[in-house]
Amino acid sequence: MNGVRLQKTPSKASRWGRTLGEWPAALFFLLPTVAVLGTFNFYPALYSLYLSLFEWNGLSPTREFVGLANYARLLASGEFWNSLRVTLLYAGGVTLLALALGLGVAVLLNQPIRGQAVYRVLYFLPVITPTVASGVVWKYLFDPTQGVVNRGLAGVGLEGPSWLSDPSWALAAVVVVGVWKRVGFNMVVYLAALQGIPRAYYEAAQLDGAGPWQQFRHITLPLLAPTTFFLVVTALIDAFQVFDLVYVMTSGGPLGGTDVLGYYLYRQGFRYSELGFASAVAYVMFALIFAVTVAQFRLTRGGGQGEG
Amino acid sequence: MKARALRTALVHLLLAGGAFLSAMPFLWMLTTALKPESALYQPPLLFPAHFQWENFAKAWQAAPFPRFFLNSAVMTAGIVLAQTLFSAMAGYAFARMRFAGRDLLFFGVLGTMMIPFPVTLIPSFLVVNWLGWIDTYNALIVPRAVSAFAIFLFRQFFLSLPRELEEAALMDGAGRLTIFFRIVLPLSTPVIAASAIFSFLFAWNDFLWPLIVTNSPDMRTVQVGLAMFQGQYGVFWTLLSAAATIVTLPAVLAFLAAQRQFIAGITNTGLKE
Repeated sequence: MNGVRLQKTPSKASRWGRTLGEWPAALFFLLPTVAVLGTFNFYPALYSLYLSLFEWNGLSPTREFVGLANYARLLASGEFWNSLRVTLLYAGGVTLLALALGLGVAVLLNQPIRGQAVYRVLYFLPVITPTVASGVVWKYLFDPTQGVVNRGLAGVGLEGPSWLSDPSWALAAVVVVGVWKRVGFNMVVYLAALQGIPRAYYEAAQLDGAGPWQQFRHITLPLLAPTTFFLVVTALIDAFQVFDLVYVMTSGGPLGGTDVLGYYLYRQGFRYSELGFASAVAYVMFALIFAVTVAQFRLTRGGGQGEG
Repeated sequence: MKARALRTALVHLLLAGGAFLSAMPFLWMLTTALKPESALYQPPLLFPAHFQWENFAKAWQAAPFPRFFLNSAVMTAGIVLAQTLFSAMAGYAFARMRFAGRDLLFFGVLGTMMIPFPVTLIPSFLVVNWLGWIDTYNALIVPRAVSAFAIFLFRQFFLSLPRELEEAALMDGAGRLTIFFRIVLPLSTPVIAASAIFSFLFAWNDFLWPLIVTNSPDMRTVQVGLAMFQGQYGVFWTLLSAAATIVTLPAVLAFLAAQRQFIAGITNTGLKE
């Protein structure tokens, strides 16, 4: 964020008056932004906190103030804890696997080889594919009898589970799709960061007799740390909110095995019309994401200040 | 020399293996979409051996896909236009104008990116409901008419433009509006392209919000329509694959057309953090 502050330009602007500055003109330029973000971001964020203190079905003219009862109910609910556990497993799984694979592909691509552009497109396509279509296709790939996955396993003499309807495998299957959709994004960001590392570092290390692994371990990884950090935080924030894939592939089942918080909230709010309770769920998600964001700020202040 | 050739071959092998896994679902989607129903139980194909183009026509008619497409097209066009114009305007105000509270407001805008969507979901739905917008294009477009991310992109771009041109015009007595539309916007095609491709993919692929604010089949978007179609045609894999292909194609084409801007947008914002 350095260097973005405006320099003081000579007093040309002063004809608009000192205190107001360019407010009248700025108001026109900012009106749509303020109106839309105010109505559909700021106000809802506060209002859902308020709603979480009520019991309300969204239709009846009266709503009952219940204080923190929704939160108490949440903490006492086995469904909620299951949902939280599933969400953390999904987020952790997708984040770590996609990070490692994205880095691996980026390192392989970060050398003069033919077909680099083609590889990049192939790895990136899943990122921009609609999640609903991805879910539909992967559901077919995971089909117990006709799916490619189990046919492939059968080809090497293994019998695959009935992935999406097996409580112990459904989450793993959804994680696979989440990873598939994330690797390309990580790869692109890592590749840009790798290309920013000066060749001279590696040349100096080679002179000192460092092998490829040592170079990777002592030059590449440390210099990529800020990028890794950025990717972990954004991946976690995205994964905590996963909804589409679960809606299409498993509807939260089997037996709550993929009942992530996003889906849990949707069920409570829009299937059972428990708007107050669903708002409490939303605020738990908010807290989770906020904690990750705060951790990011804390840690970046401590270390990689040199980046920005 | 030999060791190097071997190494290159190994790198290609690894990369090609991964790329195959990455692209495989698309291949199977396509080959399945082109299979006759009778060939469904044959082993999956890597390359299409059948060309049952009728599947696309059948899927197209099995559900009101033409209507879904129209709805998605209207929604996407509306969101792309609104996000581009409004975000450019706001980005310009934040980059160039001087007014009290500017930085505070800008951080407020950035702050909205940290509010997770599920948190705003229920109240936003209530607002839209209160406005009587359920099942209308207004509900699909207006709440997403502004993008904080796009505002950030535009602001960064405008800060990188030399200000001399604008200053000369200001001296000549031109207003901010004239300067913005006549001088600044024509210089901004790269960032407009980047912002537009992000908006396009966001709008075309979006699911949860359209799912919630539309009820009637007449107002469903392609993604919601595809999810419902799957509910009805759960095991008709040829039709489902054809439908999924139709719905995916616009996103892939848009990405291929504006790949460079899209990836530059990701890496620039990703690394500036």
